[in-house]
Amino acid sequence: MADSVIKIENLSKRYWIGHQAVLGEDHVHSEGLRHVLERALRSPARWFSGKRNQKPSGVEEFWALKDVGFEIKQGDVVGIIGRNGAGKSTLLKILSRITEPTNGRIEIEGRVASLLEVGTGFHQELTGRENIFLNGAILGMSRAEIRRKFDEIVAFSEVEKFLDTPVKRYSSGMYVRLAFAVAAHLEPEILIVDEVLAVGDMAFQKKCLGKMQSVASSGRTIIFVSHNMGAVMGLCNRVVWLSGGSCKMVGPVREVADACVATTSLQVERRTDLAKIVRYEMNIRAKLMSLEWLDGVPLKHGIPARIRIEVKFTGDVPDFQLSLGFSTMEGVRVATFDTDSDRGFKGALPKDGIQAFELVVDSLALNPGLYMIDVMTRSGNDYELDHLRGAASMEVVSSENTPMHFFGKASSVRLAGRWSRV
Amino acid sequence: MSERLIIEAGRTERQYWRDLWRYRELFYFLAWRDLLVRYKQTAVGVAWSFIRPVLAMAVLTMMMKVSKLPGDGASPLPLFVFCAMLPWQFFSTAFSESGSSLITNSNLVSKIYFPRLVVPASSIITSFVDFLIASVFTLILMVWYRFIPHWNICFLPVFVLLTVGASLGTGLWIAALMVKYRDFRFILPFMVQFGLYAAPVFAMTARIPESYAFHGVDVPVRFIYALNPIVGIIDGFRWCILGGANVIYLPGLVASVVGVAFLVWSGLWYFRKTERSFADMI
Repeated sequence: MADSVIKIENLSKRYWIGHQAVLGEDHVHSEGLRHVLERALRSPARWFSGKRNQKPSGVEEFWALKDVGFEIKQGDVVGIIGRNGAGKSTLLKILSRITEPTNGRIEIEGRVASLLEVGTGFHQELTGRENIFLNGAILGMSRAEIRRKFDEIVAFSEVEKFLDTPVKRYSSGMYVRLAFAVAAHLEPEILIVDEVLAVGDMAFQKKCLGKMQSVASSGRTIIFVSHNMGAVMGLCNRVVWLSGGSCKMVGPVREVADACVATTSLQVERRTDLAKIVRYEMNIRAKLMSLEWLDGVPLKHGIPARIRIEVKFTGDVPDFQLSLGFSTMEGVRVATFDTDSDRGFKGALPKDGIQAFELVVDSLALNPGLYMIDVMTRSGNDYELDHLRGAASMEVVSSENTPMHFFGKASSVRLAGRWSRV
Repeated sequence: MSERLIIEAGRTERQYWRDLWRYRELFYFLAWRDLLVRYKQTAVGVAWSFIRPVLAMAVLTMMMKVSKLPGDGASPLPLFVFCAMLPWQFFSTAFSESGSSLITNSNLVSKIYFPRLVVPASSIITSFVDFLIASVFTLILMVWYRFIPHWNICFLPVFVLLTVGASLGTGLWIAALMVKYRDFRFILPFMVQFGLYAAPVFAMTARIPESYAFHGVDVPVRFIYALNPIVGIIDGFRWCILGGANVIYLPGLVASVVGVAFLVWSGLWYFRKTERSFADMI
């Protein structure tokens, strides 16, 4: 294992599921003391022979992880993606040694720090200053280390004024900032981060991501779990995709993300609800709401198409621009429609409310195949407001205008031009 | 690369004791937290750790006076009672605090890795601070009664250590059991209450008859009584501080030492055995 810092082999974790509660591994949790004593009295021989830990009756086994295996190299920033219940949290818990695997083996080189929740170990009654020391110690820092970084932590958290106030009087934003500040100043060789960035205001989220990026660029390894594809794509260079407790794909970020998007939303829909997609930002001034293919799906090559996009405005957006892109499943953008090049919109836009926009394509130049749709709103050329990569997928099929020879079909886009004999 | 960690099913981690050493400051921090938090938003603050034992002593002394219990006959009655209250209070708070410590810190246990042993152990440190404060009160009592302690007091640390061991051993058992069976949350206060009557707080072990004829069979009553490790500890405290009629019942002391050693060993064994599934069950 030349430069792999983490090597996972055949990792599995089993839980017993009862009728009412999730039970601890190999233990019957909901079973009170009374039942145990009862069973011990009924069949003492069985109880003492150690068979009591066999599969308990009335419960089902559930593999939260099954034969997961991959390697992580030094300096990698690895994103772990997957739906709810795919096993992400279980994997993190095993990696950070909170719980033990049922089978399998992990080799880790270097000091590990894990951040599964912001502010674990914070005590409501203690002041900010006291909590910095307590939390630091819980996360594995020494007193000298905390003292050395104290000023830096305070500066990062922006709560100087309230250092001697009990944290129970903090606003939730201050609380999160302080908690992340402590954790961000750990200097482990491997940092494991769960979706802690889902909290806090936007400016602070950016700061957190920036801090993590600087940690990553200093050659340390980061494992980052998120639902948020945007954050994963922005931060990670490799991705592990978990699905149903097993490892579906491991590879470069773009590749895995595309495959993931492709399978999770490959059903080509006439109308896609964009509002429900989880975003990294919370208050978006021009939020993409829906995408609709007015002439039906799938699209046909060489045939006109109309696309309707709804945007919800909250606030003033000067110089509003809207773009729609087609990317191949490998993540290469092959065609872009942009209001900028199409001379934008005329007339005032609503400051508050939903506005629909329509794009008319005279003749679709895309060759038959599967595409991913990227949509973006922005203000001028400098402010991206909402950017959804792989928001939907689309299939283009051939029509009577599609070339018959393979040469003409070999590219994604077939440009129109006029040929003549000269 | 600095260190290599291997995670495997059922692997008794060789790093465990090394980790415990690395997290040594956490013992201090958790104890420090408990002490800081305990008297936040109280009017008299730390004075409570003074008032509690004093009140307990006053009540017990009154009880003994009313029921005409003699103490050891020589030393002042409050001092006689307090010499027993000192280790008993220490043991009972340390035992109940460490017994319920994993449950009260469940948010830590389910989110962060550290040797779990730190949690019950640091509750004992917290109780030890209370013990030290109460010891100061003992000194004040001695000055008040112009009582000069016996030179046996040099052996006091041995009995303090024995008390720490007894509370650690029992605390580990209860803490680990409580993660799985919350029944112990209700059993624990009862055990503490019952223990006070089973311990020789009001009288001396020496007053218990050596043996008692029960249907013609000699039952070694005193020895059976002394099997309770707390009996040896309280007798030891009295012997150290008061001396005089307070003699050490040797078989009882040996039983105490052996009992405490067994409790600590078995408590550690059971705790370590169940520790790795704490996060799944808590």
